[in-house]
Amino acid sequence: MHKALLIDPAKCTSCLQCEMACSFENEGVFNPAKSRIKIFEFEHGARAIPYTCTQCAEAWCLHACPVEALTRNPDTNAVEVSNDICVGCKVCTIACPFGTVNYNKSSGKVIKCDLCGGDPACAKACPTDAITYVDADWTGYERMQASAVSGHGRPA
Amino acid sequence: MDYVVIGTGPAGVVAAETLRRSDPGGKIKMIGDEPEAPYSRMALPYLLAEDIAEDGTHLRHGSGHFKSLGIDVVQDRVASVSGADGKLSLESGGALGFDRLLIAAGSHAIRPPVPGMDLDGVENCWTLADARRIAAATKPGSRVVLMGAGFIGCIVLEALAARKVELTIVEMEDRMVPRMMNATGGDMIKRWCEGKGVSVLTSTQVESVEKAGDALKVSFKGGEGMDVDLVVCAAGVRPNIAFLEGSGIECGTGVLVDNMLATNVDGIYAAGDIAEGPELITGKKEIHAIQPTASEHGRIAARNMSGYPTHYRGSLSMNVLNTLGLISSSFGQWMGVDGGEETEVADAGRFKYLKLAFRDDVIVGALALGLTQHVGVIRGLIQTGTRLGPWKDRLMQDPHRVMEAYLVRTQGSSYGY
Ligand SMILES: Cc1cc2nc3c(=O)[nH]c(=O)nc-3n(C[C@H](O)[C@H](O)[C@H](O)COP(=O)(O)OP(=O)(O)OC[C@H]3O[C@@H](n4cnc5c(N)ncnc54)[C@H](O)[C@@H]3O)c2cc1C
Repeated sequence: MHKALLIDPAKCTSCLQCEMACSFENEGVFNPAKSRIKIFEFEHGARAIPYTCTQCAEAWCLHACPVEALTRNPDTNAVEVSNDICVGCKVCTIACPFGTVNYNKSSGKVIKCDLCGGDPACAKACPTDAITYVDADWTGYERMQASAVSGHGRPA
Repeated sequence: MDYVVIGTGPAGVVAAETLRRSDPGGKIKMIGDEPEAPYSRMALPYLLAEDIAEDGTHLRHGSGHFKSLGIDVVQDRVASVSGADGKLSLESGGALGFDRLLIAAGSHAIRPPVPGMDLDGVENCWTLADARRIAAATKPGSRVVLMGAGFIGCIVLEALAARKVELTIVEMEDRMVPRMMNATGGDMIKRWCEGKGVSVLTSTQVESVEKAGDALKVSFKGGEGMDVDLVVCAAGVRPNIAFLEGSGIECGTGVLVDNMLATNVDGIYAAGDIAEGPELITGKKEIHAIQPTASEHGRIAARNMSGYPTHYRGSLSMNVLNTLGLISSSFGQWMGVDGGEETEVADAGRFKYLKLAFRDDVIVGALALGLTQHVGVIRGLIQTGTRLGPWKDRLMQDPHRVMEAYLVRTQGSSYGY
């Protein structure tokens, strides 16, 4: 059974620990701007949503890639970017309808959540369990993912 | 079932792989006329920039990938198709029957009707062979004229600049990327490029190219000319439909297809740059010669060919461009639709621009300069036709709140907002 990130915004205090942990784990620096998970605040900070890739089944990014730089890791179910192959064309950044693949100017490549290879740093860093790493058949996760993709004309 | 796919570009490759998944027992032949492993044209600029080697342009990397899927890749040219009796003829001789045919033969680069366009030293930048010739003909300091500042021209500009050539770009129309950007965005891109040392001549027409010793003399209408080492022509493309004459397959500019990507002939489908099919927002038939459309078309056509009826709502035009470090993107009906509303914020000094076009409270198009984070949500909002409700007015006031609008309107319910 694959695991997935389960996000419960009601528990998010917007402390940004997840962004720091993600950036440090993946980029070696504490720089929220380089994080693959992002906290969006609403109502002047009264509410917050941690937001990142759901590793969706459609994988629009993967199918749009011209050079097979995006592939699905069979162990974690994450769609991962191969830095060696990515040419930095950014087509995946406009093709992903969730906006969760971003261009990283300093590397000239794209970055996205890869679940840290199966041990996501954001979930470990979250002090309030707003982000947890759980079995993907957990119905709440399915509901979240279903709603995230609802209406998106599913490709075959 | 015997499947034949014409074309080994992204549309053909994605289709052949999808056919294999949905019909494990079917016979699949993929015919391409280029003497190369299946590759991606859009990776060519990165080859020219020397970021990658030739194999970095390949669509698939595993050796024996197609063989292991039982996809027979044939290097040949399809000379003609007879739709009525399910047969095609090959240039090498011989005929081939099919139960289902996919036409994914792409387009070719054209040269404008200007004297001298057939001279040595005038190249397109469309195929791997073109890229090899351009690479061989240029070194730092080479003088190059690039004809055409459309989307492909601007991508080639970036690659030539990386080769450190002395570059002049000539565009007939009054701005850069005229089909991807309005004047506000196009002018900012031009100003940015000029600031980086590229000479950009808009509203300028090449009148002739002549041999001048070892160089080529390029003359401009109503102006002076210049001597250069190489002319690269990026003046547009046309679908490769000539071989379909007499096939019974209905063509406009490209091969006409419906929402199943089917042509008028039973069992024959078309995908990618060659297909003229429904556009997502207007439903009108258009050609979207872009990578994401090629791959979507390829997948959906293959599903329909293998007995899994899959309706396609239509393709969405989308482009992202990097001109010497300035990143711009363009989506759908950015020019606006009848009865719709538009909003924009521009900061010319900082090269930032965002424009949204609406029909009712739905986004149908957008332009952005200097936006790289979460830009995909614009596609998400257009693709899903998400009704923005009260957020439409908020976006009319401040289009930069598009990410907030997206989260609240598409993800809100699952989060209890
Ligand atoms: C320099 C460059 C940069 C680009 N950059 C981008 C970009 O940034 N973003 C983007 O979205 N798109 C980009 N594109 C466009 C993109 O590459 C095309 O949209 C895409 O290749 C279309 O795929 P296709 O499979 O339909 O056609 P193609 O890739 O053209 O493949 C068709 C194949 O069929 C072959 N063929 C034709 N006729 C026959 C026949 N009769 N018999 C056998 N074979 C035949 C052709 O030779 C070709 O190999 C770029 C293109 C170029 C040239």
